[in-house]
Amino acid sequence: MSVLIYAENAGGKFKKSIFEAVSYARAIADQNNTSLTAVSIGKVDAAELALLGKYGADKVLNVSGDKLKDFVNQAYASIIAEAAKKEGSAVVVLSNTFSGRGLAPRVGVKLEAGVADGVVALPVQEGGSFKVKKTAFSGKAFATVELSSAIKVIALVPNSYKVVETGGTAQVEDFSVETKASDFKAMIKEIVRSTDKVSLPDAEIVVSAGRGLKGPENWGMIEELANLLGAATACSKPVSDAGWRPHSEHVGQTGIAVSPNLYIAVGISGAIQHLAGVSSSKVIVVINKDPEAPFFKVADYGIVGDAFEVLPKLIAAVKEYKASA
Amino acid sequence: MKILVCVSNVPDTTTKITFTDNNTQFNTNGVQFILNPYDEIALARAIELTDGGKGTVTVINVGDASTEATIRKALAIGATDAVRVNAKPHDAWYVAYQIAQYVKANPFDLILTGRESIDYNGSKVAGMLGELLDIPSVSIIKKLDAGDTEATVEREIEGGKEVLTIPYPFVAGAAEGVAEPKIPNMRGIMSARTKPLAVIEPTEVKTFSEIVSYETPAPRGQVKLVAADDTAKLVELLHAEARVI
Repeated sequence: MSVLIYAENAGGKFKKSIFEAVSYARAIADQNNTSLTAVSIGKVDAAELALLGKYGADKVLNVSGDKLKDFVNQAYASIIAEAAKKEGSAVVVLSNTFSGRGLAPRVGVKLEAGVADGVVALPVQEGGSFKVKKTAFSGKAFATVELSSAIKVIALVPNSYKVVETGGTAQVEDFSVETKASDFKAMIKEIVRSTDKVSLPDAEIVVSAGRGLKGPENWGMIEELANLLGAATACSKPVSDAGWRPHSEHVGQTGIAVSPNLYIAVGISGAIQHLAGVSSSKVIVVINKDPEAPFFKVADYGIVGDAFEVLPKLIAAVKEYKASA
Repeated sequence: MKILVCVSNVPDTTTKITFTDNNTQFNTNGVQFILNPYDEIALARAIELTDGGKGTVTVINVGDASTEATIRKALAIGATDAVRVNAKPHDAWYVAYQIAQYVKANPFDLILTGRESIDYNGSKVAGMLGELLDIPSVSIIKKLDAGDTEATVEREIEGGKEVLTIPYPFVAGAAEGVAEPKIPNMRGIMSARTKPLAVIEPTEVKTFSEIVSYETPAPRGQVKLVAADDTAKLVELLHAEARVI
């Protein structure tokens, strides 16, 4: 057996979430005294591919070609499944990204594998059983799932496993797979990726605001604080419903679940649906003028005060800290 | 156009999640079940696309008889007819397999699911269904425009979006932005009672995953309050104590 990790690239580069998944897959390989193979699809240069070795891949299968330059769900799933068969992989790891979530179920069906997505911890393997912990009820709980198939497919939630440098080197080989024409029915017309903003699912720090900000015109303060901290901006459901901010920023049970190191919530009362989406955050800071706001009950740090008075002071304090750091 | 919308029956978003039997069973006592919010978005878009006699919308659910209220709600919102596969939805694979069996016998141009169900958050049914039917699948779409032979969809990616064209038939998981959920009107509620709801028996299939236990997130300690005019103190705590900046 071996472990396979699908190393997804964004515009030819691997993000931190991929190195986390490589480190995670390395740990599973170590649990089983076996090797770790990474498969990369698309246009990634040699220097970037070599990074996968630094985090624990023994071997990298590099699948390139014009048709595969951009993400094609069906074709990529076929390649990952073929790579798993070639390597005799018993565990296939993906990052639980938007693309990873599209791939995992298809790869699972192709390999007749049980699929666990939204996974947040290493598997527990004892006496032939294989159990993994995953998020459930949109962050309100965790479920431990036992996978009983010969091959297991796991999608790891970004920011739930630490990047570990092993300092190893990987042997990179070209790998080509016969792809079917029917795998290329979906055609990409356009890719828009903002480069100047931190993306919410990847963010280590999130600055989020709610109706307490009173209107979209007041988001300048939120953006300024986010920029200073290298953070992504987010919002509560009423804010995106009102069209003040895009849906892609809505954090909560029916929006996106985040697991940053630091979540700063400004003017959000903390409805149960919102709390579900932030419960995996490592540290939560709440700024709200209502001392009875439910959000304070799940916060690590809090300031009771009006956002319009606290935010400018907080921005000034962060500036001072950054200047002295 | 024939559209199939896969719906699930999930605990209401305000539900406080608890467990029984030594944390091995979800405690459904007093829990209100609803039509999965993302499935409502998928359904609303399906109804818009077929409005004015341009097609039909069938909803399908894998569940026991207790899900019928949710299925009737989908009919009240405007689905043409409904199918219930009479089985407990063991896991995503089981559900996708049952729906695939139905679709193989009853083809559709477009199959929509919600981006995920808000109970197990899998977002796996769409992809598994696509694979079982050997048709394209796209997870987490924000926009869906239907042409005659193909559709244009916007898919969310980290920090951006991708625009794709996909020929029918395909499967897509709808998220916010695809449509505004519709509230059933009185006429819809009345007509839902008489719309066809077929109950079919499941096909036996081996499953590979089993939930063995649950836990709730570890409670956080008491919140540490900082005075409103002492933001420097907060920054200091985040740096030196929490070590997050």
